[in-house]
Formats: sequence, C-alpha cells, structure tokens
Amino acid sequence: MNKLWLIVKREYLAKVRNKSFVVMTFLSPILMVGMVVLIAYLTKINDSEKRIIAVLNESSYVHNQFLPSESMAFVEFRSIGFEEAKDSTQAMGYYGLLHIPEGPNLETVAQSAFLYTKENPVSYVLDRLEGIFENRLRQERLQNLGVSAGDFAAVEQEFEIKTATFDGQKNLKGINEIKAFIGGGFGYLIMMFIIIYGGFVMRSVIEEKTSRIIEVIISSVKPFQLMLGKIVGTSLAGITQFAIWIFSASLLLFLALLLFDIDMTAMGEATPMGSNTVNGMTALPQTPESGIQQYANELFKIPWLLLLVSFVVYFVLGYLIYSSIYAAIGAAVDNETDTQQFIFPIILPLMLAIYVGFFSVFSNPHGPIAVAFSLFPLTSPIVMLMRLPGGIGEGGVPLWQLLCSILLLVLTFLAIVWLAAKIYRVGILMYGKKPTYKELYKWLKYS
Amino acid sequence: MTPILVAEQVSKSFGKHAALHDVSLEIPENCIYGLLGPNGAGKTTLIRIINQITYPDSGRVFFNGASLAPEHIAMIGYLPEERGLYKSMKVGEQALYLAQLKGLSKNEARKRLKYWFERLEIEGWWDKKIQELSKGMAQKVQFIVTVLHQPKLLIFDEPFSGFDPINANKIKEEILELKKAGTSIIFSTHRMESVEELCEYIALIHKSQKVLDGKLSDIKKAHKNNVFKVGLQLNGHGDGLLKELQERFQILESIFDPLEKQLDFTLRLPSEDTSEALTHLTSLANINRFEETIPSANDIFIQTIKAKGE
Repeated sequence: MNKLWLIVKREYLAKVRNKSFVVMTFLSPILMVGMVVLIAYLTKINDSEKRIIAVLNESSYVHNQFLPSESMAFVEFRSIGFEEAKDSTQAMGYYGLLHIPEGPNLETVAQSAFLYTKENPVSYVLDRLEGIFENRLRQERLQNLGVSAGDFAAVEQEFEIKTATFDGQKNLKGINEIKAFIGGGFGYLIMMFIIIYGGFVMRSVIEEKTSRIIEVIISSVKPFQLMLGKIVGTSLAGITQFAIWIFSASLLLFLALLLFDIDMTAMGEATPMGSNTVNGMTALPQTPESGIQQYANELFKIPWLLLLVSFVVYFVLGYLIYSSIYAAIGAAVDNETDTQQFIFPIILPLMLAIYVGFFSVFSNPHGPIAVAFSLFPLTSPIVMLMRLPGGIGEGGVPLWQLLCSILLLVLTFLAIVWLAAKIYRVGILMYGKKPTYKELYKWLKYS
Repeated sequence: MTPILVAEQVSKSFGKHAALHDVSLEIPENCIYGLLGPNGAGKTTLIRIINQITYPDSGRVFFNGASLAPEHIAMIGYLPEERGLYKSMKVGEQALYLAQLKGLSKNEARKRLKYWFERLEIEGWWDKKIQELSKGMAQKVQFIVTVLHQPKLLIFDEPFSGFDPINANKIKEEILELKKAGTSIIFSTHRMESVEELCEYIALIHKSQKVLDGKLSDIKKAHKNNVFKVGLQLNGHGDGLLKELQERFQILESIFDPLEKQLDFTLRLPSEDTSEALTHLTSLANINRFEETIPSANDIFIQTIKAKGE
C-alpha cells in the first residue's frame, strides 16, 4: 500500500511538473474563452450589417408588403425608369434592386420580378423576398377561391400540440433533448478524459520502457502496483487539470462577458441551428414566461444526486477499463508510432457511444438501441448518462437496466484489468518486437 | 553456513520456448558468484526469478534458507543489464524514490545517499536531471541506487558497461568492498577477465541448462589438459631436434629463434606425470622454461560450450 502511494505521488508530480502540461493547463482556458469571445464578437459585427434593397415597383399587385426587419430594409423608388433605378441603387450603395414590372395579373407580375445584385445574393435575402411573393400569391389564390384577407390571416395561426403523460403531468417540448444534453455533457466529459489521460498513461508506460527504468522498478514493486499507481496518479493529475480548466474558464468567461458586454442569448438566436450544447439552452426564451418557469421546474426535477453519483461510478469504472487497456498497449510497443493499430479499436466504441447517444438517445431515450448501448460495458458510461436525467423508474430508466449496466461494467472492469495486467507484465520486459494481436494472445497464456 | 541462495530444479518456459530447464544452483554466503553463459542462455530469466519479477513453472528457490517470498525483495539489490532512470527527474529525487520503493524511510535514504554521493564524488549532482548527465555518470547513480538499501544479496548484470576504465575500476573496488562487508554477490557478465579477477564460484548456463558450476579454482584444475610451455636453449641443431621431438611428443606449436638459438614450444602430455618428459628434455638441451598452462575462464567457457555442441 505504502509503495502504491509512492508511485501515485511520483506519477502525479511527474505529470503536474511537466512543462507542456503546465502550459496546457493555463493556456487552454484562455484559448477557449478567447475563441468564444471572438465568435461572439464576430457574430455581433456580422449581425449589425443591415442589407437595404431598393424596390422599383411598377405593378399595382404587390404593395405594402415590404416591411423592414432586423437585417433588411427596403427603399421604394417611385416614378423613375429601370436604368435610372439601377444606377441610383449602385450609387447609393444599396445591396440590390428588386424590379417588379407591370403585368396583367399577379401571377405574371410575380413571374417577371427580378432581383439585381452586385454578386450572388445571400440566402436570407432571397428567402425573405421569395416569402413575400409566396405569401402574396397564396393570398391571391385563396381570394380567388373566395377566402377574404381577414379570414386568411385568421387561418394562418400557428398551432402547437400540448402533451401530457397518462397521469396528467404536462410534458414540455424539447425537454427530452435538454435532458439528454445534460447527460450527454457528462458522457462527453468522460470520453474526453479517457482519450486525453488514457493517452498520457500509455506514453508514460512507453517512457518507462524506452528509458529502461522498468526493470529497476519492478524488482522493487509488483508490475500491477506500478500499473495501478500510474493510472491513479495520471488521473489525479487529470482531475486537477480539469478542475483548473473549469474554474478558470468560467471565471474568464464571466469576466469576458462583463468586459465585452456580449449577450449570450443574442448568440443563441443568431446561430441558425438552435441546438448546439449552449444554444439549446438559450433558445428557450422564445417561449413565454410561464414556459421558462416550467422548464426550470423540469430541470430541478432531474435527479441531480443520482446523476452525479452515477457519473462518479461510470467515470471511475469506465476510465479504469480504458486506461488499463492504454497501459497494456503502452507496454506492448516500443514507441508511439506502433500504437496506431491498437488505438483505433479503443476509440471506436467511444465514438460510437457519442454518436449513437446524440442521434438515438435524443430522439428516443428508452428505445431498443439506447437500451442496448447503455448496457454494453464499453459504451454504457457515456450512453447511460445520457438517459439518466429522465430519472429512474416510470418514465425513466428501469432500475434493472441501471443495475444490470453497472454490474456488467464491474465484471468487464475486472476482466479487462486482469487481462491488461497480464499483457502489461509480459510486455514491459519485451524489447525490439513489433507486437501483433497474435503475439498479445500468446502473452496472455504465459503464467 | 546456510547458502544465501539455493535453486532446486528450476524450470521456466515461455510458450514453447524453454528458458530454463531443471537448473539447480547453490550460492554460498559472502562470495562473488559468476553467472556465465552465451546470450539467450537463460541467465536473465534466472535472475528475474530470483528478483520475483517472474515465477518458475516448477522447482523451488530458497533465500537464506527460507522459501523465496515477497519480503526478500528488500534484501536483494539488482542492477539489470537493461537499465535506466527517469530522464526528466532530478538525480536526488529519483534516488530517494527508488530507495523508498525498496523500503527505506525518506530520512534514512537521504542520509545514506549523502554518504554514497560523497564516496563516489558526485555531491554536486543532486539537483541535476538525468538527461543532463553522461551515460557513465548515470551509471554511477544507478550503482548507488542498487546498493543503497544494504541488501544481503546483490545481483549485477554487466555492471561495468558504460564506464570508462578509471570508473570501472572504482566500481570494481566498491564491489570488493561490499563483499568484504559480508554481502553475497551474483555477477553476470561476458567479460571473462573480470570473472577471473572477481569470482570465486561460477556457474555456466547454456541453452537453458546448467552445464558447469563450482569453485573457479576447482573447475580450472579439472580442466587442466596437461599442456606445458617449454623453452630450450640449443647448441646449434635446431631443426633436427624439433623433428625428433615431434616424433616423440605431441607438439602443439613451436617457434625457433636462430639468433638466440632459442626453441619455444608447447607440448601436451598424455598424463599429469612430467618426470619422463623432463628427463628426456634435459638430456637434449638446457631447459630454461617449463610451465604448466592453466586454462583461463575464457578457455573453459569456449571449450565447454563447444563440447556441448550446437
């Protein structure tokens, strides 16, 4: 025990004192926050540009339709010729000229309308103009069928279906996605941690091999102790780094927001896909006040304690499984270039977990795919955490699935660590052989 | 006196490859024991078994009379052939770490390190990183780390590699000093001249089997092949005499110096008995040299390995 502690301490200090580690620890938050601030700033600049469209409307069918919006404005030319209008549009520096010639009816007018711009027009300008015409055409056609403009406006009501569970609880739209995002955040954290610090464990094993200190050490301690100490020491260093990152990044972000006066909600609206991790949350304010309250209630209902406890359990087990595989790989090879063939099979289940999680758990947290992947031990740490914010029991993850998933994970953990330790023990004393899977299988049989 | 280490019919194989087959050894206390053998013979496997890095498939090992157990690790010091230190760690810190892994307390380790650093004249290195040291310098640190916890049994695998002659000599003296202080030492090397110089006992391992072991002086006696170096001072008729001698004795090689009238040759006798040969030679010329050649460890090594055949 005492020796294990010594190893953990050495591995931790060796990692924490490493120059590149220190640089990464303190530089990353600055880079990360800088990036966010830069994007926010650019979005702000981008937003402030208003496009002005000149309209030369010679027809009588389309009028009072060109209302200014946040990003577009219209200027109407009256009683000037087309060439003149073109010249003045350019002279005034307007974005484009919409020419609507006279025609016998709306259909022909719409068909002959033209937009002139300096270069290919941006899509939102086109969308807006096409929308205006489509709207007007729909109105006209309905009118021909005997529907008045007033009736049309009344028909054009948006409708949202309200949903509830059988026991009368109201459901909120999108809450599943939000919950999955929260769980997904935890899952993503686990994946990143495994990839970054598993790699560190592997490199540290390779370093011990190439510096030939390994035999000196294992004449004093058991190889398993060394492997375990290395994994624990490295992950403690990783947790330190993550803690510094989270703390300093949130501090910096807070300062940056104060300093640059950037409205995060504005960013959320500006991005068209309102469903990136941060934006998913900020897209909410579009719902009415009571809606926000409801969402907040719903978020409070997420079993945070369960989620955190499961996070710790899945994190520890998942990380130990993967990092012992990384350690075994490090022991099997002589240098980092030989690791490629072994690394891919490790990354694969992790990637699969993330993608399956984001696609299938979001749409249906308790569907067969989601259940299968949350039971399979190599993906369960990530996928199960995405499902858990829904709670346990009715409407959430059945208790047996959670217990089964953890049990499978524990069994896999024991099996993998046992196998990895065997490969590690043989591998650290093998030099000059480029290992194959067949070779590794042979090592497993050595006593 | 209980032998420090006894191996009884130790076998170990990796897959189909047998690394050790039925090897039995007895290493007396407080001696320097040479463990010899060609590359890949199984020496390192045996050493690793003694260090409990691997375990034998069958057979038993006893340390100081007791069955080899984890608590013996602290009583063994091992300098592997494939050795190194953490490159980016400071010398002192690293030595402290390795000493603590062997069970020394931090304070005790610091005190002993100070003594050894002074003894080997490397006091100034405490805060240097290994990567700033030359190979020989790092070897000195490695040597100190190996002996620091005052083990009862020291195992040196090629201890002199990487040292310049001056430092190699210094390390050799330290090893003899340790032996004087009561330590038993296993010494594995290819450099036969140092075997000759240091070892009292040797064992020769070839193709995973022990082919020879015992006291070096006994082994040498057993390997005597009755070859003698002879020098004769002649009175003129060199060629004729040599011819006559060749008819009578088995002459291995000969040199005749006509100016000095000196004939040197080696001859092999059918038995240890030299009286007949001497009488005959005395009658022919003036003998100014007659010396039995004792085979060197190197000769024995090569001879034994060759005799075992490929």
